Amino acid sequence: MARILGMIVVAACVVIAAGWAMTRPATVSEADVAAITPDLEQGRLAFFAAGCASCHAEKGSEGDARLVLKGGVRLETEFGTFVAPNISPHPEAGIGGWSTAEIVTAIMQGTSPGGQHYYPALPYGSYARAELQDLVSLAAFLQTLPPDPTPSQPNELSFPFTLRAGIGAWKLANGGTDWAVDVGEDPQLMRGRYLAETLGHCGECHTPRNATQGLDTARWFAGAPNPSGRGNIPNITPAKLNWSEADIVAYLQTGFTPEFDVAGGSMTSVVQNMANLPVEDLEAIAAYMKAVPPVE
Amino acid sequence: MKPSLILSLVLGGAVAASAALAGGHTGNPAVTARKAHMQLYAHNLGILGGMARGNAEYDAEAASAAAANLAALAQLDQTSYWVPGTDSDALPGESRTLPALWDNIPDAIAKGEELAAAAVALSETAGSGLEAVQAGLGPVGRVCGQCHEAYQMPRN
Repeated sequence: MARILGMIVVAACVVIAAGWAMTRPATVSEADVAAITPDLEQGRLAFFAAGCASCHAEKGSEGDARLVLKGGVRLETEFGTFVAPNISPHPEAGIGGWSTAEIVTAIMQGTSPGGQHYYPALPYGSYARAELQDLVSLAAFLQTLPPDPTPSQPNELSFPFTLRAGIGAWKLANGGTDWAVDVGEDPQLMRGRYLAETLGHCGECHTPRNATQGLDTARWFAGAPNPSGRGNIPNITPAKLNWSEADIVAYLQTGFTPEFDVAGGSMTSVVQNMANLPVEDLEAIAAYMKAVPPVE
Repeated sequence: MKPSLILSLVLGGAVAASAALAGGHTGNPAVTARKAHMQLYAHNLGILGGMARGNAEYDAEAASAAAANLAALAQLDQTSYWVPGTDSDALPGESRTLPALWDNIPDAIAKGEELAAAAVALSETAGSGLEAVQAGLGPVGRVCGQCHEAYQMPRN
């Protein structure tokens, strides 16, 4: 902890010395998104694949309540507590007044309409590789959801994590857009990788982090301390998870493991999202998981 | 003190110690009871789930029996299993029940009652066909998941 703290402070100082320009929050341009026609059904699937409801809908909510993105879920981490904001289309409390480019920028680049860095509790490091078509469609879908007037609550962080310039340094250190796993050219594996590594952001919890709090791609899916609670998130590489592809698909649809235990913790919500995807997408994720290099 | 008495005390102590050691292998009785209870859920869910997934042929009698077991299990009085001091902080490595459960007893009881309702509903329809099993398992699994989401630490 002290080492991580030290590194982040040092990184923040380096960034200040190097100048603001280097860590200027990046944006996606209006022209880039204007060229794309949103597809609401594609946006709906991207919404479930990306798991927006897991943090932005009320904790423990079910069914249509998962479409009310009022915020409020508290992620209690070693840096403090991140409180997910209201991203319902309410004009004041949520994102009703945002342009499509502003929404896409927030999701892909972690930059607010006001040019501020978001904390990577929003997994934009994973979302950065998403197809613009998916995110433009997602932005359009979000605007169709019920508006909710609940005001967003501030994060409860301690110094130095209150300094957002440090996030610019984090983005520089961890802004790569390479895939974690080489799956060749197989279309099903590529689809599974896209869903798992980008929208599904599975690695955010299942992959351990390095000294700069980036994902350690050499130990992809090898398990890690729970980022927001007690215990550990399991290793799901083929070295530890011996489920068949059919087992994985059934788990993502129902929450039942092959032993008929039931998913708990954050996976409960993940399953509720994944159950909305077409079975071909779940099969693609399962095939990809079998292609992940085994790590003991 | 007679040597024979000392001997019997020593022997008695050894017997007691080995009994305690053997007891140590089975762990906290409340946690052991919870795990056994969950295992019985899993066993019966497995029978129904195997049919629902097409891994086993639908058998009305077996489905009814498994669903009736689930309903009976869900309605057992479990007060003596969920005793304070048996959470994941108090018994690390043994208990995966988060301390939050004991801060939210009314909610945990409500979730237990929801499970009982879902299991009873399944038991009333499980003998009528495969579709009923498939339809009734979903709500049971979701209630399991709701409780695990709130009160269960991830398995390492």
